[in-house]
Amino acid sequence: MPERTCRIAIIGAGPAGMAAAVSAVEAGAENVLVIDDNPRPGGQIWRGETDDATAREWMQKFEPCGAALLGQTRIVAAPQPGVLLAENGAKTLTIRYEKLILATGASERFLPFPGWTRPNVMGAGGLQTLAKGGLPLEGKRVVVAGSGPLLLAVADEMWHMGARIKCIAEQAAPNAVMRLGLRLLGSPGKLAQAVQLKLRLFGVPYRMGWHPLQVDGADGTSGDDSDAPVASVTLTNGAAKRIQIPCDYLACAFHLTPRLELAHLLGCDTEWIERQCQRRTTVDAWQRSSVEGVYCAGESTGVGGVDAALIEGRIAGYAATGAQDRARPLLKQRDAWRRFADAMNETFAPRPELRMLPEPRTIICRCEDVRYEQVVAKESWRAAKLHTRHGMGACQGRICGGAAEFLFDWSARSSRPPVCPTRMKTLAERPSADQKGD
Amino acid sequence: MADAKRNGIKVWVNGAELSVPPDCTAAAAVARAGVTMHRRSVEGHARGPLCGMGVCMECRVTINGELHQRGCQTLCMDGMRIETAEVASDA
Repeated sequence: MPERTCRIAIIGAGPAGMAAAVSAVEAGAENVLVIDDNPRPGGQIWRGETDDATAREWMQKFEPCGAALLGQTRIVAAPQPGVLLAENGAKTLTIRYEKLILATGASERFLPFPGWTRPNVMGAGGLQTLAKGGLPLEGKRVVVAGSGPLLLAVADEMWHMGARIKCIAEQAAPNAVMRLGLRLLGSPGKLAQAVQLKLRLFGVPYRMGWHPLQVDGADGTSGDDSDAPVASVTLTNGAAKRIQIPCDYLACAFHLTPRLELAHLLGCDTEWIERQCQRRTTVDAWQRSSVEGVYCAGESTGVGGVDAALIEGRIAGYAATGAQDRARPLLKQRDAWRRFADAMNETFAPRPELRMLPEPRTIICRCEDVRYEQVVAKESWRAAKLHTRHGMGACQGRICGGAAEFLFDWSARSSRPPVCPTRMKTLAERPSADQKGD
Repeated sequence: MADAKRNGIKVWVNGAELSVPPDCTAAAAVARAGVTMHRRSVEGHARGPLCGMGVCMECRVTINGELHQRGCQTLCMDGMRIETAEVASDA
């Protein structure tokens, strides 16, 4: 099997991973390898981005920096300390490293409600990404719903693509969003950005304290048992008020959740932050995880946005190279971004009433078609898996795991190799000296 | 490549030919063909893309005869044949 040996391996070529690579090389590290699932660097946020000045700046720093980029490569297993097993197209590859920086980013959190499995109900960032990939939105009626600042950014971009944004429904209460807005006054860049967005979206209703209740199809049915794509979504403010809005797409996600599969696989400690409804890796001031030689940066240490990701990436890159002196001046600024991130995550944490959204027949696990009534009485994630195959399908609990933590207070933190669907050939070729599983 | 940029890329979705722009994903090509269902769930319900980033696996389609390919992570290539659950026997 082909092997790559490197001094520092960085998983993820988004803002945190790029900043880590640039900083490690700048501090003298040789043989830095950046691995990403996508063909190109930039992560989800800067995928195909050319307009954003910060994105351009970091692309220009990253490309010539001397770090090698291994695109379209997915980590499948970590058979022993210092070794990763990866898949690159049809090729299997062993990666040996001295230090590892996890910059695995975040994905959208999905919460189940009747009809959420229908075609054309997508994530907010999900629909945006698909549109960037060529899905035409010109003239399409789109309802944006869920939670978080991403809803505004996504609505803005889709509006520019010609979509008719019918409504933005933010589940967080108006006073909570306002409080966060006031805090933004302390960070001028963000404020300007928010105001600019608001102006451009002028005319699009932004309903705070509203969330989707159900999706109906063109065939008049609601719920998850019909093939008809979304035709309308019913929104509620939790009280008696309801509105039904016809749409071609529902773009719905409830803020973001850190991607922790690799951190768990490597045995890094993670912590559940109740007020943020979020699990994140535990790191020290130098972005070191609980596992020797493994650092975490960016969204995996708690959703925090681009600025937090860049600064954490820089600190991790310096620290992994042993250049703590270069990282030290950044710590205070990092802590300030973290405090802001904590406030943001508390604001956009799903309100407890959203636990009542699923009906008994609502599908919770999309891969295995497991319904709410089948799992609600189970005492743990493990019990639900054993009895119903909940979380055991193709996505391996990546979509339903976050929902299960919120809905049932289960800890969905197990991660076993292979962490993503893998060819048998890859597994057959795995290096010897197998590590014992749990 | 330059040729493809000028003329677009020709792909087939469920046997129907269409021209898509460069950097178009297979999932977007399916939408352009007016198809909303990518696959059928284990109980047989229609599903389409959800996450757009290769995590949820809902966008799986058959590409050039290869089953279970993630439509949102696959870029269209000239002559590519994409089949959704309507047509593919095992999707």
